[in-house]
Amino acid sequence: MSTASPPIAQRRFEPAVVGAIVYREWRVFRRVWFSTAFGSIVEPIVFFIGFGFGFGALISEVAGLSYFEFMATGTIAIGIMFSALFPGLINGYARRKEKHLYDGQLAAPVSVAELVAGESLWNGLRVSVVAVVTLGVAFAFGVQMGPGVVLVPVIAVISGFGLSATGAAFAAKLRSWHGIDIVIGGIIAPMFVVAGTFFPLDGLPWWAEMVGRINPLHHCVELLRGAAFGFPGLGQTMLHVGALLVFNLVAWFAAVRLVRRALID
Amino acid sequence: MSPSPAVLLRDVVKRFGAIAAVDHLDLEVSRGACFGLLGPNGAGKSTTMRLLTGQAVADAGTVEVLGYGLPHGSRQARAVSGVVPQIDNLDDELTVVENLDVYARLQRVPRAERDAAVRRGLETALLVDRAHTPTSELSGGMRRRLLIARGLVHGPELVLLDEPTVGLDPQIRQQLWATIADIRASGVTVLMSTHYIEEAERLCDQVAIMHAGRVVASGPPKELIAELVGREVLEVAGTPSVLAEVEVEARAGGLRTRRSGTTVAVLDAERLDGQAWAQGERRAPTLEDVFVVLTGEELA
Repeated sequence: MSTASPPIAQRRFEPAVVGAIVYREWRVFRRVWFSTAFGSIVEPIVFFIGFGFGFGALISEVAGLSYFEFMATGTIAIGIMFSALFPGLINGYARRKEKHLYDGQLAAPVSVAELVAGESLWNGLRVSVVAVVTLGVAFAFGVQMGPGVVLVPVIAVISGFGLSATGAAFAAKLRSWHGIDIVIGGIIAPMFVVAGTFFPLDGLPWWAEMVGRINPLHHCVELLRGAAFGFPGLGQTMLHVGALLVFNLVAWFAAVRLVRRALID
Repeated sequence: MSPSPAVLLRDVVKRFGAIAAVDHLDLEVSRGACFGLLGPNGAGKSTTMRLLTGQAVADAGTVEVLGYGLPHGSRQARAVSGVVPQIDNLDDELTVVENLDVYARLQRVPRAERDAAVRRGLETALLVDRAHTPTSELSGGMRRRLLIARGLVHGPELVLLDEPTVGLDPQIRQQLWATIADIRASGVTVLMSTHYIEEAERLCDQVAIMHAGRVVASGPPKELIAELVGREVLEVAGTPSVLAEVEVEARAGGLRTRRSGTTVAVLDAERLDGQAWAQGERRAPTLEDVFVVLTGEELA
């Protein structure tokens, strides 16, 4: 039964293996795309109506933008966060503890680094679609955006990768589903609120503003605003890009370390 | 072919906290063999299997798979070995054919050979007509066959089967035995763990009996039986008092006994020839007798 082909060189990190992990996700997505699409259309509509029209009636302008423009870009960022962090967290836990999927994959010549990279990259790609759909909803609501919006998918990928890896890192520490409440309450809720998504950071107490400035979602939403309505200047833009890249690396390293510890005795 | 054995473990220790799941284990599986790792739950069989796939790392000792030292060469070893796990970890979000296809990609089966490898997998699993069925709709026996086919999709030189038939109907078990015999006949080295004695006796040409994390006896099943429990066993059924009487009598004659439920077995029963025993039935000894003699414990 042995095949005649010569042995393949085994590198420590093999892009083809990352590709195989992404391919697996793609095969699943082909069947379940509708729920992703439905969610990414309906959620922004709910936010636009509730916050956009509701709050928009009270607040005329935020940081040089109309409130509707401000919260529309905030909604894209929140969509990116939820669609990347939750799958990272929930799949990370279910596939390790309940489906034993990772055990099966790691019995092949696959490393934890490739596994986490593949799943995070997939979630990054998937949320870029979510971001584009949300962008479409914003256009439909009459938000005027510049040609820079072509960069939105790129911003989504470099935010989604790290957010998914963050979910995977927390998932590796969960001992049961109950722990998810801690992650939602302690991490996801503050991340989503204290980010300058629906209201600016400047009005917050100084310590909350500090937290907001290190929040990766803040850098994500600022880049989205830059893409849609004009970047603030090279230095400021590079700061946001740099912060997201550092966040991606830190989240990926942390996830690899923690997932490896959880899976390999 | 390289002269290194398929599996080589020397003085291997693996601890979980204070418990040594594998305790100074020595094991050698030669290429082309069908080797059975036998023992009750908790003997260290599954930990041994995980050590061979790099999913557990030994605290001490040498672990080599197909000549690759672990954990350093684990990736190379995994590329030429296949694993059929005890805990079903098929990908339930995929179809039958997708499970094989994704696994072939993870194993980096060259693109030109991938379709043929997947096709062979479907045939091995006897699931050609269910290629596009979601895995979640398969029966227990089908799932097990698919797990085996998935472990073979890249044409490994060694396949590790961890309790391949546990929890399955006798009929399905027979069918899987035929599949395992086919794998073996194709020249692939098989290392299987089991706590079903019959399985090891039928399929394996070498067995190692594990107890408390180490190998307490190893060799061809027939030789182990002949050496450790003789040619015949006398099995006597009766009330506890009758059984106690038989035990006393047999021990007085220098014979060993084992009690299981409502019967007592007298080992080396051929030595009773000529003596008058009122009741009991003579039978051929089994590996189970060997196991009880060695460990003082019943299996399963």
